[in-house]
Amino acid sequence: MTQFLALLLRNRLAAAGGIVLLVVVVLAVLTPVLPLANPDATDTANRFQPALSRAHLLGTDHLGRDLLSRLLWGTRLSLAVGFAAAIFAATLGAAIGIIAGYFGGRTDNLIMRGVDMLMAFPYILLALAIVAALGPGLGNALIAVAAVNIPFFARNIRGVTVGLAHKEFVDAARLSGLGHGRIILTEILPNVVPVIVIAMSTTIGWMILETAGLSFLGLGSQPPQADLGSMLGEARSALITNPLTSIVPGAMILVIVMGINLLGDGVRDALDPRLRSGALTRPMPATRVDRPTPPPAETEEGGAVLALSDLQTQFHVKKRVYKAVGGASLAVRPGECLGIIGESGSGKSVTALSVMGLVASPPGVITAGAARYDGQDLIGARYETLRRLRGDRIAYIFQDPLATLHPLYKVGDQLVEAIRCHRTVSKAEAWQRAIDLLKQVRIPNAESRASSFPHEMSGGMRQRVGIAMAMANDPDVIIADEPTTALDVTVQAQILSLLNDLRRERGLAIVFITHDFGVVGQLCDRIAVMYAGRIVEQGPTEAILTTPAHPYTRRLIACVPELGEGRRKLEAIPGLPPAVDRLDPGCAFAPRCEKARAACLTGEIALAGSGQRAVRCLFPETEIPSEQSA
Amino acid sequence: MSDVLKLERLSKSFPVGKRLFGAPKGVVHAVRPVDLVVQQGETLGIVGESGCGKSTLARMLVGLLPATTGRIEINGEPLNTADPAAFGRKIQYVFQDPISSLNPRKTIRQVMEAPLKRLHRMDSAARARRIAEIFASVNLREDFLDRYPHEFSGGQAQRIGIARALAAEAKILILDEPVSALDVSVQAQVLNLLGDLKSRLDLTYLFISHDLAVVEAVSDRVAVLYFGSVVEIGPAEDIFRAPRHPYTRLLAQSAPVVGRPLRAPEGRETELPDPLNPPTGCAFRARCPRATEQCAAVAPDLTAGADTDHRVACFHPL
Ligand SMILES: Nc1ncnc2c1ncn2[C@@H]1O[C@H](COP(=O)(O)OP(=O)(O)OP(=O)(O)O)[C@@H](O)[C@H]1O
Ligand code: SF4
Ligand code: SF4
Ligand SMILES: [Mg+2]
Repeated sequence: MTQFLALLLRNRLAAAGGIVLLVVVVLAVLTPVLPLANPDATDTANRFQPALSRAHLLGTDHLGRDLLSRLLWGTRLSLAVGFAAAIFAATLGAAIGIIAGYFGGRTDNLIMRGVDMLMAFPYILLALAIVAALGPGLGNALIAVAAVNIPFFARNIRGVTVGLAHKEFVDAARLSGLGHGRIILTEILPNVVPVIVIAMSTTIGWMILETAGLSFLGLGSQPPQADLGSMLGEARSALITNPLTSIVPGAMILVIVMGINLLGDGVRDALDPRLRSGALTRPMPATRVDRPTPPPAETEEGGAVLALSDLQTQFHVKKRVYKAVGGASLAVRPGECLGIIGESGSGKSVTALSVMGLVASPPGVITAGAARYDGQDLIGARYETLRRLRGDRIAYIFQDPLATLHPLYKVGDQLVEAIRCHRTVSKAEAWQRAIDLLKQVRIPNAESRASSFPHEMSGGMRQRVGIAMAMANDPDVIIADEPTTALDVTVQAQILSLLNDLRRERGLAIVFITHDFGVVGQLCDRIAVMYAGRIVEQGPTEAILTTPAHPYTRRLIACVPELGEGRRKLEAIPGLPPAVDRLDPGCAFAPRCEKARAACLTGEIALAGSGQRAVRCLFPETEIPSEQSA
Repeated sequence: MSDVLKLERLSKSFPVGKRLFGAPKGVVHAVRPVDLVVQQGETLGIVGESGCGKSTLARMLVGLLPATTGRIEINGEPLNTADPAAFGRKIQYVFQDPISSLNPRKTIRQVMEAPLKRLHRMDSAARARRIAEIFASVNLREDFLDRYPHEFSGGQAQRIGIARALAAEAKILILDEPVSALDVSVQAQVLNLLGDLKSRLDLTYLFISHDLAVVEAVSDRVAVLYFGSVVEIGPAEDIFRAPRHPYTRLLAQSAPVVGRPLRAPEGRETELPDPLNPPTGCAFRARCPRATEQCAAVAPDLTAGADTDHRVACFHPL
């Protein structure tokens, strides 16, 4: 709640709207106790008195009634009617939306068809028709305004409810013995309330305006009772001769509606979960780089196309600093496949994304290190350079191909676009190349498949399109972030062997991120194991899998059940990986390590070993020759 | 040993392209008639690829989905969801996604109290006692009770999900991919916990997963599901070591295993059958190297060979 208020106040317009509105509401609430003239007392002798005249601060209207008094009483009435209509519409609309969304099927269909029909009418016509049917009067105007706003709420709330009704926690509640009524009240409603509040805060201004409109037409409040709309309506005949009587209620309507809408937008933004993480500013095109120390010198890694040295990436969220990557050094040569393995949150993805400045900024910041492609440092390179290289020399494949493919374009067109973004070739040539690419990734019937939309393909096919996309410009390096995790084993086997062929045929360097030892074991030449943002062990696949040196690697491998060993108790590592915003000095694995000693808890433990094999542990499982030469 | 769970010709079809009135445009047979028996105290593993009907089957068993045909018997009585409280005490479900199975706006205490209140009508003192007991048995600290789901890691949230299922005191648990959202080091913790609970509380599990190695490690028997049908069922120690159905062999060969050279075990062009337009005969025949004309004509039934525990639905088993 305090966080909500803080966010709201940071939005200056919303805060201004809120303050203005607060003043108006306080005045309206206090109206009965303020020393005001009777708003309905006519005094035709003193009609159209100017403002600031004796006894009438804002002058009088065509019947000599005190304008200030009428304004405040009218505001009070308009606000009350507006709020009442909003609450009425929100309650009914939400109830309809929740019922339609929760029960679904035919109930939903019938209700929503009805709502659609209501929405097909122009808004104000519908309101007029309702008042015409019910007869003029403020109460009926309220009903009309509420009624025309019900469909808006019903639609919004239904959408949210449909999403919630299929959530697993609703099923879980059902299995805990809760009936429909209880589920709606205790499971669905609390999750819908924020949406109702947002919808209300953005529509209440309009409802006040619509009520005023009906009153203006003489269908709302009846004389002598004042509301803002009827005041405006009555002043219309004297608009030219005595504009003051129109300006006063008009200005008040303007102030109220503006105030509410500014505040409403602020409320909506403040409740938006994306802004809650503190990212109020627009994302930057490339990750922010803030390297207080100069990048480390180029090492003599024999012929690496991509080399990271001591890369550090952090997330600055409010006062916390998450050291997602705390110094990663890696290198891949052409035709080589390097596996990065580690548990969720160990920093694998952030390492990969940092290379091309793809970590979202804010909150991401690259604070140290270098990522060299062919000797050129990409960290801190100009955006133009990065853009030229992205997808051209260094390409990515992500876990979820749907996230990278545009849902509304044919896959062939997307491939053409990817090619023409970096090469000047004709459309026809690019299309031909797109088909070739699809053939290379063994999409059956490539010619016709090129005209399919992403959603028409199976997960495995989409991922093959993702690979084709990455291959579009014949890159030197592919960074694949869990490309097969979401796929079935039979499809995974196909994709892995495809990647394997590609790198052998074309000398492609692959950085393959995964948490699956079986996959790295089959595909990768070398492995880097990450834990809490750092590489804890690195070396040839064979050596690491058979004789792991770091206690974490050894125990992680032991956790993985392997096919063909029958029923058994599995090894587990008790505890959890540490949170990367408060890393203790010493070894990050120490709290879970059986071999931890006092020495493990102090100071920096270096990644020690020869160029081929290295481990970050004081008491490794197997001794590694620690000569310093590469 | 007695049969605690028995499915007879259980099937589920979903209409697709529904219209307000009149018949739907097509029908997808998510689960084709399935017969299965689960015995007291055993773990029956169910494996299969995405879309083969694992979760649909599981959701029918706990009454979250009505079956299209067939019957389910729990402890010899037909499944009856008329009284949710009585039903919830017989069978419970552990969900795949631990975080989304917890209402983000409820504290863990509220989550844990629901089954105790609704299924067992406990008063608040009894509830507090029982929650403490359950939390101790799944190694959760009691100070978690007043926190909200988003404050937990996947492994902790999954243990809370298991705790909730235990609170119902049902003897049968349906575990739908209970560890696939977890990291390997945590996955092992949860699997071992499930193993302990089972022997301690005398539970029966139906364990669903797409991970063959995990299923093999925890199950007594395994059923392989393909395109909505059980194509092979047999003892866990045999089924992947000596598969009899060509599809089971394909699965076993596709699982990444350290040290096995990388090769695609089948052609890359193969496509899965279209559920809206199912093939005649054996659903696997388009991918099957042993397919004959007989396979195209009729669908094979699940039959036992020399070994009655190991049954396979194939005309030309391996
Ligand atoms: N946008 C963000 N804001 C704040 N912290 C973030 C953000 N993105 C990632 N992190 C943090 O950075 C750390 C490393 O995350 P990363 O995504 O690299 O892990 P990973 O190894 O790829 O895990 P997974 O296996 O789950 O994909 C985590 O602690 C994560 O919470
Ligand atoms: S440095 Fe110490 S605590 Fe860390 S892994 Fe090695 S032995 Fe364990
Ligand atoms: S029945 Fe025929 S097609 Fe089906 S799996 Fe057996 S051999 Fe293959
Ligand atoms: Mg990741």
